[in-house]
Amino acid sequence: MTAFLTPSAFEPRGKRPPPERDPWMRTWSVRHSGFMERLYRSFETALAIAAPILARIGFHRLERPVGALEAGVKGLLFDCRMCGDCVLSKTGMSCPMNCPKALRNGPCGGVRADGNCEVYPDMRCVWAEAYEGSLRMREGGSIADVLPPINHALKGSSTWMRLAREKAKAPR
Amino acid sequence: MTAAALPHPHDIGADPAAPLVDLPGHSSRGRLERVLRRGEFAVTAELSPPDSANLEDVEVRARNFEGWVDGINATDGSGAHCHMSSVAVSAILTRIGYSPVMQISCRDYNRIAIQGNVLGAAALGVGNVLCLTGDGVQCGDHPEAKPVFDLDSISLLSIIRAMRDEGRFLSGRKLTTPPRVFLGAAENPFAPPHDFRVIRLAKKIDAGAQFLQTQYCFDLPMLKSFMARARDMGLDKRCFILVGVGPLASAKAARWMRANVAGVHIPDAVVARLDRAADQKAEGKRICIEMIRELREEPGVAGVHVMAYRQEQTVAEIVHESGVLRGRAPWRRDFIPKMQAVESLEAG
Repeated sequence: MTAFLTPSAFEPRGKRPPPERDPWMRTWSVRHSGFMERLYRSFETALAIAAPILARIGFHRLERPVGALEAGVKGLLFDCRMCGDCVLSKTGMSCPMNCPKALRNGPCGGVRADGNCEVYPDMRCVWAEAYEGSLRMREGGSIADVLPPINHALKGSSTWMRLAREKAKAPR
Repeated sequence: MTAAALPHPHDIGADPAAPLVDLPGHSSRGRLERVLRRGEFAVTAELSPPDSANLEDVEVRARNFEGWVDGINATDGSGAHCHMSSVAVSAILTRIGYSPVMQISCRDYNRIAIQGNVLGAAALGVGNVLCLTGDGVQCGDHPEAKPVFDLDSISLLSIIRAMRDEGRFLSGRKLTTPPRVFLGAAENPFAPPHDFRVIRLAKKIDAGAQFLQTQYCFDLPMLKSFMARARDMGLDKRCFILVGVGPLASAKAARWMRANVAGVHIPDAVVARLDRAADQKAEGKRICIEMIRELREEPGVAGVHVMAYRQEQTVAEIVHESGVLRGRAPWRRDFIPKMQAVESLEAG
């Protein structure tokens, strides 16, 4: 597995670039991106309902436990790297931070003829997966939206808590 | 040979080293944009920056293209190898009067460095910027380097467009003089996921791309299917598409490129044709010229981008023999072509 010794652009928390094991779980999530999309939508609704309660407990108190939970769940499902600026719903449920170039707007020109990554020849291109995932999603067309550059200041923070804060602030 | 042809009057300034006069509706004061907006079939070429600190090395390399191309790409650490910086090469080219296309790769700098470089380059007269993702560090001579990739090519396009059109940095801070640049992007129609490539081109145009230079095209049917989809989406009307071409030195070189250069697709038929040829180098040139002629007829193709790595001296011959300029004369220092050059072409 010497190929995996190549460093990638985004590797927080001492995580090795791509998982050295077979990324079967994240592949499964992309294969079931339609289901994941529905799951996420209901989760978002639940978050909106829970937001006032969470606000009462105090977001600052919840940041760490919820962050740990999020890292665990999304780590399992998507090999999430806790960039804190989650865009899964616009990338076919394939986490773009697993791309060694951390590309958030589409594949680079180096994708191999077999659809594998230029940097890690044994790994399937994250964006080849993303495009297939987007085709299975109701709002998969949003893969064509131009995304702004990532906010590195959010690295390691919980996207769920950020969403909850926004929901708590938003007028009902 | 049309020795009497003169460059278009819009492409000539009193001082070759100064930007040209403003034209309405143009983003830049460079020559490449003018040629494309006039509807001429444009030719650009790629200059590989020297591994030296000598400015003459740049001039010598650029001279190969003089009078035959409308823009010269200054690559930015191509193949993740270290060379003279694209900002410096582009600035040297503007001093002579050439129209450089400054390439920016997201591999080596973050958003702070890139925006600074764009301002600096524009101040030095660089009128064209090509936004690239960049090859991974693993394929270069410093595989232990930190890959930056703070931005991707698409967010980079949107940032430079905002600098130019809204006069602000990404942070929102105001610029006193915005950079006047014509924005370019790259695309590889020959790499998977094929269906996504046209969508990605549309994204690039939405983000600000005004011209496109593609990866090497050796597979015409694949390019045609890409172009057909691009035309269906109306992308050829929103962006000037220049297709990458280049001569293969030999069948061995073709095999090597296929195996070692990221994103290069060479069909077996092309390699076989080179294998059969008595003079493989001449055959490689012939394949390139045939490709240019085919592309000249393809609807929606606005030009070709000639990448003749280590064969830069053949670019003039290729452009000449392909007849792609149809008598048009791109800018050159003296407006009369050097007769020796013409003779050597005819002899060769």
